Amino acid sequence: MSNAHSVAAADAALLHGVEAHDEHHDDGSKTTLGFWIYLMSDCILFAAVFAAFAVLRGQTAGGPDAKELFSLPYVAGETAFLLVSSFTYGMAMIAAEKQKQSATLRWLGVTLLLGLGFMFMELHEFAELIGEGAGPDRSAFLSSFFTLVGTHGLHVLSGMVWMVTLIAHVLRRGLTHANIVRLTCLSLFWHFLDIVWIGVFTIVYLSGVAA
Amino acid sequence: MATAHTTAHGHDHGHHGAHHGEGAHGSVKSYIVGFVLSVILTAIPFGLVMSGALPAGTAIPVCFGLGIVQIIVHLVYFLHMNSSSARSWNMAAFLFTLLIVAILVVGSWWVMLHLNANMMPGAMPME
Repeated sequence: MSNAHSVAAADAALLHGVEAHDEHHDDGSKTTLGFWIYLMSDCILFAAVFAAFAVLRGQTAGGPDAKELFSLPYVAGETAFLLVSSFTYGMAMIAAEKQKQSATLRWLGVTLLLGLGFMFMELHEFAELIGEGAGPDRSAFLSSFFTLVGTHGLHVLSGMVWMVTLIAHVLRRGLTHANIVRLTCLSLFWHFLDIVWIGVFTIVYLSGVAA
Repeated sequence: MATAHTTAHGHDHGHHGAHHGEGAHGSVKSYIVGFVLSVILTAIPFGLVMSGALPAGTAIPVCFGLGIVQIIVHLVYFLHMNSSSARSWNMAAFLFTLLIVAILVVGSWWVMLHLNANMMPGAMPME
């Protein structure tokens, strides 16, 4: 009897302990760590396309090279869109932490518009290059250029789809804990894409034009 | 710092405030500092290359150096990486990734450069 009682008590304590433990540690840090590890694997994907570009950049097959194709003021414009959007996303996170829902949504909206501006400029650049006959089929240099910059652009596009989704989540459920964890993951993703873009403008555009 | 953060947000969600007490999402000030630094670190390499002030042999290494500094600025001010023990797994994963990325990029480039040289006509002994 006393044995059964203590087992039941231990069970209850265990159950309670587990619940209390879960509640205590459910601060989203495991989710963000998991997302961080995904980002690291994405880094390796980008490393592979950067490596391909580094190897193939000189193989223009008699076609146009970076110096003839790229306009640095235009690239500076794209960079400005992404850089400012990183900052405005940071402001959205701060507003979310303070439970200021309308400010969060406003900053997310601004970030989304800046992301759209970037995408528009990039697609316009791609269309111009293809129109000039400098599409991905022209040379190994251009194939690797479109692969690298296009992979980054696809990431930005998915980040924007995700952002629209989260705006809908916040509109529907408010700044709940789960939504803040989701916003935190997207902030890591968005800032990460800005870091990849630093590599793109340095390696593809600046060193391409300077060489 | 942790205390200030908790007090600032304590009224609406003290529970979170305590957990993210180490400034997990930074402050307006740190975002502004990060933003200003990265604008400067972007403007210098663009200015250098567009003005053609330096020969390519100097301008390209300078751009790479500034790019690396800008990446560190973003990691610290936007991604809030630091050496606190709570985030040591993030740091461990990051350092491991850095190693893999270095092997991948430098290795491919180096091997392919040499392969190119070896494939030049006349470079290989003909029978």
